Amino acid sequence: MIPASYTFRNVTKHKVTSTLTIFGVGLVVFVFTAVLMLAHGLFATLVATGSDDNVVIIRKASQSEVTSIIMREQADIVSTFPEIKLGQDNKPLFTNELYVLISLVKRDDDGSSNVTVRGVTEKSMEMRPDIKILEGRMYQPGTAEIIAGKSISNRFKGCKVGEQVRFGSRDWTVVGVFDAAGSAFDSEIWGDIEQMMDAFRRPVYSSLTMKLNDPASLAAVTSRIEGDLRLQLEAKPEKEYYAAQSTATTQFIMIVGVAICIIFSFGAIVGAMITMYAAVANRTKEIGTLRSLGFSRLAILRTFLFESFVISLAGGIIGLAGASFLRFVEVSTVNFNTFSELAFNFRLNGPTIISAIVFAVVMGFLGGFLPAVRASRLKIVDSLRAT
Amino acid sequence: MAQALVQVRGVSKSYYRDSLEIPVLRNISFDIPEGEFLALMGPSGSGKTTLLNLISGIDQPSGGDLVVAGENIARMSEGQLAKWRSQHIGLVFQFYNLLPVLTAFENVELPLLLYKLSKADRRKRVETALTIVGLGDRMDHYPRQLSGGQEQRVAIARAIVTDPTLLLADEPTGDLDKVSAEEIMTLLSRLNKEFNKTIVMVTHDPRAAEKAHSIRNLDKGELA
Repeated sequence: MIPASYTFRNVTKHKVTSTLTIFGVGLVVFVFTAVLMLAHGLFATLVATGSDDNVVIIRKASQSEVTSIIMREQADIVSTFPEIKLGQDNKPLFTNELYVLISLVKRDDDGSSNVTVRGVTEKSMEMRPDIKILEGRMYQPGTAEIIAGKSISNRFKGCKVGEQVRFGSRDWTVVGVFDAAGSAFDSEIWGDIEQMMDAFRRPVYSSLTMKLNDPASLAAVTSRIEGDLRLQLEAKPEKEYYAAQSTATTQFIMIVGVAICIIFSFGAIVGAMITMYAAVANRTKEIGTLRSLGFSRLAILRTFLFESFVISLAGGIIGLAGASFLRFVEVSTVNFNTFSELAFNFRLNGPTIISAIVFAVVMGFLGGFLPAVRASRLKIVDSLRAT
Repeated sequence: MAQALVQVRGVSKSYYRDSLEIPVLRNISFDIPEGEFLALMGPSGSGKTTLLNLISGIDQPSGGDLVVAGENIARMSEGQLAKWRSQHIGLVFQFYNLLPVLTAFENVELPLLLYKLSKADRRKRVETALTIVGLGDRMDHYPRQLSGGQEQRVAIARAIVTDPTLLLADEPTGDLDKVSAEEIMTLLSRLNKEFNKTIVMVTHDPRAAEKAHSIRNLDKGELA
């Protein structure tokens, strides 16, 4: 085997070409990783919105709460299901909620965007223990007080504690800001459901949420709903419901992002190929020497492929390292399923790291293969004559 | 009488430019006994280096047989030749052909990487080879930190480190000043006399050829 030090020292010896190629691969890996982090961040944010033992019920065939309507009578029937867990006060952990989209003005550019307003009950908070009041206090039921998710509070006018925001023909006072642990609830405004239904003149709920005694009893809830003709409803695990909310947007990001990355990657592959062809041309005599010493064609092929691998891996690591800083960046987008603004962070996970490194190595392999084959096929006598 | 170490039998070599055949060697036959120090001389283009390349197995004849150390290398595949070279041939080039990113030690160690040897064994052999050529104190130097004569001595150490059957040198003094050339020729003579190495050397330099036991002249691809 030709020693690995031969490869490493050649990479560091040709600093300019190696650095440019590493930078090119790194840039593509950066974009690729950013796309995956973006898609995963969106997905993870929505999945984190659900709890394992919570079940969301919406109108049958509704894809989301936006298009769901549930009558008070239907909610009353569901609230009596025996599968519902009881809270500390011995009351069912069950909540009916209203989901309305309003338009609010952003703090930074005066543009407006859709924001989710959720009418909630006293049980809503208890059923989502990850949600904590960060600043101020909980709203008083029966008043025009609201609490805002921290993403909304930071980005929209009138949403900080003590400020007022107008919607549903009323002025609402923000009395608290809550932290929903990076979930989609961070991008919502919560208030008393009865006040909200009155303000928006909506006599119906959008969704029901129940906490189960046992997550396995979902089948029993489903069959109970299907067995009752008055209930044209559909029950889904909360996590599954919110994961489905991410599908359209995640797919859009992935398709556009990955397509862009593939186009970029051609540039990086050509860059790696030029670098490796130059390496073969500059070291033709060395190749002849190695072959004359007894190293096989395969050993030469392996050495040049390894060099391409080292360059692309270095680019991959640099691109990945650069992209990892995006974790500290919060972005927002319109969720294509609910048409509301959703804030989330880029998230780096194991599969993203592996995908980025594999992507880099594949680029290196594709860029290095032809030059390595050329190196291995050089005739010894001809290569020894090279200057 | 013992069989010659190298038997060249009716060897010819032609190159082709488009469809035009250019004969370089024509029906060459001669023997090289073991322990010989042979100088191949002749004008440029006479086929000296081509003949050396054929004996070393880095090129193959168009016709004839070449038996080296009992094996007919004219009939070997490229893979077999690579393995055979690593076991039997030590090559010294006019321009040393050291790998610039490797130290003297690493350059000399290269041929040993084709053998199943422990790191300690390799170190011992490399140190011995570099000591023989008088560079035991320059093991960690890179080629650019050595003079031309020293580089050529590293190249000779690389050629002898596997204790090859045959040492082949192509113009080993061609790129050196007079003093360095003299040192290299003294070293090759010593390898021949003290270590009984069979050496075939291509040279233009009559002073270098004087160190050889015998001289063969090539002219227009034929033995003169």
